[in-house]
Amino acid sequence: MTTFLGMPRVAPQPATAPQDPLRWGPDFPTAAHETLGNGQMRTNLRHATRTIRDKRLRMVSELPDWEELREAGSAIKHWTMSHLPELLVQLEENVTARGGVVHWARDAAEANRIVADLVRATGESEVVKVKSMATQETGLNEHLAAEGITATETDLAELIVQLAGDMPSHVLVPAIHRNRDEIRAIFTERMGDAPADLTSEPRALAMAARAHLRAKFLTARVAISGANLAVAETGTVSVFESEGNGRMCLTLPDTLITVMGIEKVVPAFQDLEVFTQLLPRSSTGERMNPYTTMWTGVTPGDGPQAFHLVLLDNGRTKALADEVGRQALHCIRCSACMNVCPVYEHTGGHAYGSVYPGPIGAILTPQLTGMGTRGATDPHDPTASLPFASSLCGACYEACPVKIDIPTALVHLRNRAVESQQRRLLPTGWEAGMRAASAVMSSGSRFAVAARAAGLGRIVARHDRIARLPYPGSLWTGVRDLPAPPAQSFRTWWKEHQADGATRPAGAPSPGSTAGNEA
Amino acid sequence: MDAREAILARVRDALGRSQTEPAPPVPRGYRAHSDVVPGSGEAVDLLVDRLVDYRANVHRCREAELADTLGDLLGDVGSVVVPPGLPPEWVGAATAGGARTLLDTADEPLPNAALDTAGAVLTAARVAIAETGTIVLDGEPDQGRRAITLVPDRHVCVLHARQVVATVPEAVAVLGQHPHRPMTWVAGPSATSDIELIRVEGVHGPRTLDVVIVT
Repeated sequence: MTTFLGMPRVAPQPATAPQDPLRWGPDFPTAAHETLGNGQMRTNLRHATRTIRDKRLRMVSELPDWEELREAGSAIKHWTMSHLPELLVQLEENVTARGGVVHWARDAAEANRIVADLVRATGESEVVKVKSMATQETGLNEHLAAEGITATETDLAELIVQLAGDMPSHVLVPAIHRNRDEIRAIFTERMGDAPADLTSEPRALAMAARAHLRAKFLTARVAISGANLAVAETGTVSVFESEGNGRMCLTLPDTLITVMGIEKVVPAFQDLEVFTQLLPRSSTGERMNPYTTMWTGVTPGDGPQAFHLVLLDNGRTKALADEVGRQALHCIRCSACMNVCPVYEHTGGHAYGSVYPGPIGAILTPQLTGMGTRGATDPHDPTASLPFASSLCGACYEACPVKIDIPTALVHLRNRAVESQQRRLLPTGWEAGMRAASAVMSSGSRFAVAARAAGLGRIVARHDRIARLPYPGSLWTGVRDLPAPPAQSFRTWWKEHQADGATRPAGAPSPGSTAGNEA
Repeated sequence: MDAREAILARVRDALGRSQTEPAPPVPRGYRAHSDVVPGSGEAVDLLVDRLVDYRANVHRCREAELADTLGDLLGDVGSVVVPPGLPPEWVGAATAGGARTLLDTADEPLPNAALDTAGAVLTAARVAIAETGTIVLDGEPDQGRRAITLVPDRHVCVLHARQVVATVPEAVAVLGQHPHRPMTWVAGPSATSDIELIRVEGVHGPRTLDVVIVT
């Protein structure tokens, strides 16, 4: 006998399923306004990002050569992008020589079509999946479903996201926006075989997932995975993971289909010594992740006897064409940048409206979607707001294991976004305001008048803060206070000061000295 | 133009626009070695510290004590999966404790269901990394197919001290001699931190990892 505790119905987050995994919502400010209203999510997120930040710092400080490893990782990636055509051809040769088949996909639709055809050729209608950003990006599961193929996510967090009908909100822990009680509710309502007395203990929840997936693993004939990297020199592909679901999918089925972004190739086998050190410490804050699988084509008598590697472009070559922006392709998807980002910590991943949230998402997503490039048609592309979703504090650059200069790329892409919008006829309110400000600030006399006028703001201020202004000022004061302008502008004070050097406005330090430093 | 040619053309076009100068050579100023000598007592101590941190069970013994150690470990497991190339004395030690051996070979693999109900699996390993607490298997006859170290709920892995290197680059140099072998890097039992970032050991892989280090 069980007691029904009256669990709330699970509502998907975000509420509507996206059409395009790279561009699913409104622009960032609108989406963030929505997510900031979710206090539960913000609590979950703050706890999680702080935990993982501390672990990462401990693990990174343990290595005396961390900075040298970052330098090497960054240089390997730059060298790779610079020689990408030769490396991709070399990878193809070596995978093929070892019994694998290489496919090329220009975009998401082509990749999905290739995978669906490969699955159909096996006669199977069910596949198991390893956590993969590339297939999230192409919306593969939805495509397979439309083709009558059921794809089961086997990573615990991906399973939670899939059962809840959510979108991922983090590249490493996609269900970071859900806490244990929500996960228990999701399992109880949606899993179908959750234990009747399931508690919200993380161990109990993990064991429920183990039991749920076990039979699927042992009988699966086809698996689909992504790849963390592939070595051109040998044709070796690798997947880094923690749970063992990756090993199950990469080892037990007859057919393995791997979808990999073209930027994930590395030149030499030796390069593994750099990324096997950088990735786990940056990503989960561990000395090493529990399991890494490396395979080369097909091994007779061991593992899948049919291996297909799908090389995916889907906008990567657009990013590669930008001298500054192309470093976004160096990303090894460790998620360290989102764990240290103050903006991400407050808004959560869903505000970014893309499977790539956080700082890296802010520079990768708009480039993949072709923001600001020739032929980009939509002037209201919501991804154009992403480069502005940052305070440019630089924490992401410090944390990045391959030293992607995200702040510089953000500023560069802001410029690109603005340039592409300047072809419009009517200025937006923002542009009009900026033009007005520029007219005032480029002339001393105009600025003096404006500064005196600003003093009027003191009339509506309380306790030196302005909380409410009439429209259009209300657009600002609706979400934050404005400090009250000073009673006296600097110009006025300077005039008085030149006339009489002894006078100083109350509480104002003289220029060039520190307050209270009266020698 | 097919997809392959189209993508390669796009890549070349992109590089033509963004590549201002040749990429510099990769600086490899990171440590290839450390003060810890591979195979030394210090290397073994470091490895043990890391493995214990991952919640693996570690057993240290001398060569002469190995049979007894394996007998104790496998005495009550019921059945133990063995790859074809294990030293016969290891297999003898396992059966002496009362366990039934299930031989798994590439030509005659055990079905997944049989692996699932086996009490344990016994294998050797290629190399171990002390700094990161990692054991690497490369599918040779003393380690067997990848599936046998994955499906049974308990993995007993025997390492010799001489196989323990200190750093990741030292291990990659060993593995690079046969880069095409299927490799599995193992650092403790399987784990997840997907729920509130609280680590839970033992998800889909073996929930128990026993490492026997012969010194």
